[in-house]
Amino acid sequence: MSFSPQLETRFDRLLKSYPSGRERSAVVPMLLYGQDELGAVTPELIQEVARRTGIQPLQVEEVVSYYSMLRKKQLGKHHIQICTNISCLLVGGAELFEHACRKLGIGHKEVTPDGQFSLEEVECIGACSWAPALQLNYDFHHFVTPEKFDRLIEALREAG
Amino acid sequence: MLYNEPSTLEVKVLTRRFGLPNSPSIDTYLATDGYEAFRVALEMKPEEIIEEIKTSNLRGRGGAGFPMGLKWGFVPRASAKPKYIVVNADESEPGTCKDRLLIENDPHQLLEGMLIAGLAVGAHAGYIYVRGEYRYLIEILDRAIGEATWEGFVGKDILGSGFDFPIYTHTGAGSYECGEESALLESLEGKRGVPRIRPPFPAAAGLFQCPTVLNNVESISAAPAIIRDGGAAFAALGTPKNGGTRLFCISGHVNKPGVYELPMGFNLLRMIREVAGGIRGGKKLKAVIPGGSSCPVLKAGECDLAMDFDSLAKAGSMLGSGGVIVMDEDTCMVRVAQRIMRFYAHESCGWCIPCREGTVWLRKLLTRFHDGGGTASDIGLIGDIAKNMLGRTFCPLGDAAALPTISIVEKFRDEFEAHLDGKECKA
Repeated sequence: MSFSPQLETRFDRLLKSYPSGRERSAVVPMLLYGQDELGAVTPELIQEVARRTGIQPLQVEEVVSYYSMLRKKQLGKHHIQICTNISCLLVGGAELFEHACRKLGIGHKEVTPDGQFSLEEVECIGACSWAPALQLNYDFHHFVTPEKFDRLIEALREAG
Repeated sequence: MLYNEPSTLEVKVLTRRFGLPNSPSIDTYLATDGYEAFRVALEMKPEEIIEEIKTSNLRGRGGAGFPMGLKWGFVPRASAKPKYIVVNADESEPGTCKDRLLIENDPHQLLEGMLIAGLAVGAHAGYIYVRGEYRYLIEILDRAIGEATWEGFVGKDILGSGFDFPIYTHTGAGSYECGEESALLESLEGKRGVPRIRPPFPAAAGLFQCPTVLNNVESISAAPAIIRDGGAAFAALGTPKNGGTRLFCISGHVNKPGVYELPMGFNLLRMIREVAGGIRGGKKLKAVIPGGSSCPVLKAGECDLAMDFDSLAKAGSMLGSGGVIVMDEDTCMVRVAQRIMRFYAHESCGWCIPCREGTVWLRKLLTRFHDGGGTASDIGLIGDIAKNMLGRTFCPLGDAAALPTISIVEKFRDEFEAHLDGKECKA
């Protein structure tokens, strides 16, 4: 299995970041960066990461099932993660999540039929002082109101 | 980038470069005394560096408040094994959003701190473990590492001194538990993030079973200022045994939520009123979680205190990670307890049974209670289950779930009683 030249470079650099014989350390980063390119942790990716780090595919599977950001299911093109943990909850995070469900017509960990959007209610993302907050893929959005959320979605829909 | 207006009451030590043009760049850093402390440290003996850190009275900013100088001193310098500096940038304690700013606005300060730590313990390499959600920080750090390597501050034979110290970034992938030191090390070795039993502590057997210094971003970022201005000057900013400033992350029902750098020992009520602009909507203060969601809650009447590790401990709570969560009079404390427990039940790694089972049981009980399905005996049961989790797990996650719960049930029992017998939440 091969990846884009950028990802191949990243993998090469990662495998050299740890002492010789400790390549297993690269497993979590390789899976996450690989998922970013493929859209999900595929069986082929698991095999490839196992081969390159010198461990068993089952040992990679064990890791995949532990980390909440590693997913075997394809996400939407725009993955929206809304925090409802305590700091966000106090200033409308839960209402924002409910609003997002209605706006997109999907629930927690669901994908719209056209594959454009997926939604997830997440735990603290480290934006507590600028709550309510969400992440659109890896980008942070702070002080999000339902109106701001609608504008964000409309802009994404227009951009395609 | 800054996400809130600074306060005039701030004392800027770690955040002094925030807001400067292109503050993450090495050019800005070098133009503002950048890497000068490292040059000073290169001329010092390792034990002198450690002594200076001890003098600063810097206590770990990740939450535990352990003196950083002592931690560095525990590393067996004579050990033939390689030694490592690991930075915990897995910031995920609910209420905490400061390490993000330190990396975003001043990544070189962190790198310089790692170099100083590396000199002090004779380390061979540094790793920065960044939570998966903070991808943009990895890009900022990789750029900074590239710049510092180009300028000769990172890598091999640094500034012709013979000191080799490469620095690498490492991403997590979504796990609160990996902010716990031993689980972080497991994760950094490519495994599930479950805790290790201690002793041995990381100073003796950490990453790859080698001596390891493991510190929070904010702690390590303070090292350049301590070496530059002296440990005594840093210590003098705070209160006895609580040196320096810290970044307080104020969230919840205040007019001006934000991250503010204030001296250790700053009064909590003053922080809420004068720094954060008071309670929004003219409401009254009900309660504060003073240091991230793992800390016991303080009632409004208990908030006239100095924000340092010892004062908070005396008040029966903790300074934790600096996440000050402010709640107004309309807040339902049963809902707060329920949401906090839902988090810990989600994040329990499942390694220790009292935590794995206790958090889920409590989440179910609290959810039922908030929905109006609680019985009088449940109130005692909630406290009882939580107390039985204390001290019975490999890592502090069990305690982190139990402590706020116990405090909320004890201090706001009337609110639990008001939810009894099918009564819905009035908040």
